[in-house]
Amino acid sequence: MKVLLTSLALSFASASVPSQEAAPRPAAATLSAPKGASQSDARGFIHRWLILEPVPVAGRLTEPAVREALEKAPHPGPANGLPRNGDEATIAGTSVRWHALDTSNYNVNLYHFAWSLSKPTSNALFWVITTIDSPREIQDVRLAIGSNAASRWWLNDQPVIALNDDRQAVIDDGVSKRLTLKQGRNVIRAAIINGGGATDFCARFLDSNDKPIPGLTVSLSSP
Amino acid sequence: MGKRAAELLTPVFLAAGLAAWVVPAHALDGDIAIHDPSTVMVENGRYYAYGTGAGLPALVSDDGWTWRRAGNLMSSLPGGKAGAAVLARGGENTWAPDVIRVGEKVFVYYSAPATQPRSAIGLMVGRTLDPESPDYKWEDAGPVVWSDGVEDLNAIDPGVLMGPDGRMWLVYGSYFGYIKLVELDPRTGLRRYPDRAPFNVAINSEAAILIHRDGWYYLLVTHGSCCQGANSTYNIRMGRSRKVTGPYLDNMGVDMVEGGGKLFAASRGRHVGPGHFGLLDLGDGVEKFSLHYEADLDRGGISVLDIRPLLWRDGWPVAGDNLVAGTFTLESARTGTVLELAVQGHPVGGFRQRRGGPPGSGIVASAPPSAGSPSTNPPPSGPPQGPPPGPPPGFNQPGPPIPDQDPAQVAMNWPANADVRLAPAMLQAQQKWVIAPVANAGGYPGAPYYRITIAGTERSLTATNERELTTRSFTGAAEQLWRIDQLTDGTWRLMPKIVPGSSEAWALSAVGSSMPTLARFDPASDRQRWKLGAP
Repeated sequence: MKVLLTSLALSFASASVPSQEAAPRPAAATLSAPKGASQSDARGFIHRWLILEPVPVAGRLTEPAVREALEKAPHPGPANGLPRNGDEATIAGTSVRWHALDTSNYNVNLYHFAWSLSKPTSNALFWVITTIDSPREIQDVRLAIGSNAASRWWLNDQPVIALNDDRQAVIDDGVSKRLTLKQGRNVIRAAIINGGGATDFCARFLDSNDKPIPGLTVSLSSP
Repeated sequence: MGKRAAELLTPVFLAAGLAAWVVPAHALDGDIAIHDPSTVMVENGRYYAYGTGAGLPALVSDDGWTWRRAGNLMSSLPGGKAGAAVLARGGENTWAPDVIRVGEKVFVYYSAPATQPRSAIGLMVGRTLDPESPDYKWEDAGPVVWSDGVEDLNAIDPGVLMGPDGRMWLVYGSYFGYIKLVELDPRTGLRRYPDRAPFNVAINSEAAILIHRDGWYYLLVTHGSCCQGANSTYNIRMGRSRKVTGPYLDNMGVDMVEGGGKLFAASRGRHVGPGHFGLLDLGDGVEKFSLHYEADLDRGGISVLDIRPLLWRDGWPVAGDNLVAGTFTLESARTGTVLELAVQGHPVGGFRQRRGGPPGSGIVASAPPSAGSPSTNPPPSGPPQGPPPGPPPGFNQPGPPIPDQDPAQVAMNWPANADVRLAPAMLQAQQKWVIAPVANAGGYPGAPYYRITIAGTERSLTATNERELTTRSFTGAAEQLWRIDQLTDGTWRLMPKIVPGSSEAWALSAVGSSMPTLARFDPASDRQRWKLGAP
């Protein structure tokens, strides 16, 4: 029924735009401003992210369509370093703002995020970014993510995961090949593209035995 | 692999529609003529089996797939025959041995019949099965049990078990009455209590052997007649008991002493008369069994050795089959997604608009995708794959059959190099794998190495030196050869013959719902278990 939900979501989204603009909405219950230090949790999930407000795209979910969406709404940068909370960017003529957030769940609910800001939740592309500060080089790790819906992921600017089709966010759905976490800062960047309905993602690292890695230091500040 | 297996790769076979049918499993390769084989033994990576015939002839294999003759066991005994005490109780024939290793000793139990049912079961003791070893030597340890030709017993066909409690047991007998059970002394291999009467555990059968699993003892015997080629009615039956001494009841509660026995293996395909079960436990949850067929119709009807997967279902052993060539989907038991070439798929029958629901459902058909009217899933660029001409059928109006997806229709847009991934099964061309044996590439117990290739292409599953997976045109390289073992739950384990740069064994693994990799096999996990099905 996901296709049907997509149609319904499109209808609601377009019908509710006037009211979205009319009144501020409550903040997402699971998202809050970062407080203190953050580490990957006992199950390895990363809770602290910079999230860019959604950019309208066609919302089609095939490999060519995802590629087209990324060409239309590329990552705004900065090329070197992290954006800061509140930084603005313009993508495809749309002015959007970065939000630094902690999620209380294992996942980040992008639907709640966008809805709370009266931003579109369907046919939308979300850029997210975070960093892992590793005290040493760790070989044979894997980035493991779940996303609703399609997503592309980069570690230190290298593409590592591509999920093109419509899907639910399933823990360890997209998993990279074996990677090396370098000593120091490692940047995770992703684009999540939603067609309709709910949209969210989760991410963690797995060790050489495919076990989650807890306790990784997550930071949104420039090194 | 010899000519027979290579024949599986003929164009005629490939063109015949591999997915639609299953061919009979083929027995092993090489010289596998044998009758009444012992349990297959493994020593230093080499496989040994012994059978009926002068001096107990031996078969040996370096990989469990290709076998050769290797003399006989008794040639190293004084006079090349059983000792005087055995001959005094039985006769000069040497039939149906069974073998067990206990510590540093190897015990060989063999039948020494005279005119049946007068017979003895003799014991030979050695330290190694390898004739090239300086320790290779056999000693006659005399008779263990015997039948006098009058009682309800024919003392042939020994089968030996080391139980989970360290107690050792021998079952034996053949038709003239009962299958009997005695306890053995693991130190000597002889009877522990020679003055005690044996237990009767089955009747009017032969080739008895015991195995143990999860608190149950299983008695497997062979019913029917042997030694008549394709006219033999041999079939393997079984019962189980919580106590090694019985009673052994079949699935209907019938005691094997009263003729009961649940069928384990019967004649099938080109193989007539299976008999003489032997357990081959390879560890890591991989169990196989050896047997002989009275007649292999592909080898002129001679009796041959085979090794097949052993499965377990509802507390009973089940005879599995080695994989035969065909077109399959490879579905992860962990994730339910299937292995595919990482290319953009095309729906079978082409992209089409969503159909409406039944009247009153409120589900309306969407308009067909067209330029200027964005849809959530318009067709990508590619070959024409649209629905048949004419108006689309309604909710309950069937249309014409949609043909299977021809790889030639969609493969033209695939990139030259593509990795693999996991995705929901969609019956699409990039999800259909031809699995076929590779000639002259060797094998493993029961089966040859296979290639795994996208149907209609040469894109073959290949292990990389990063312990990941990709596809490359098939060259026969070792990283493109796959060992495919059926596990006890019926799923399959797929392992490349080698991973470049690694000396370890690796198995195809679902590390994520969308991501396959190579990982060490974990028998306790579904990660490396795969279901092979018809697409």
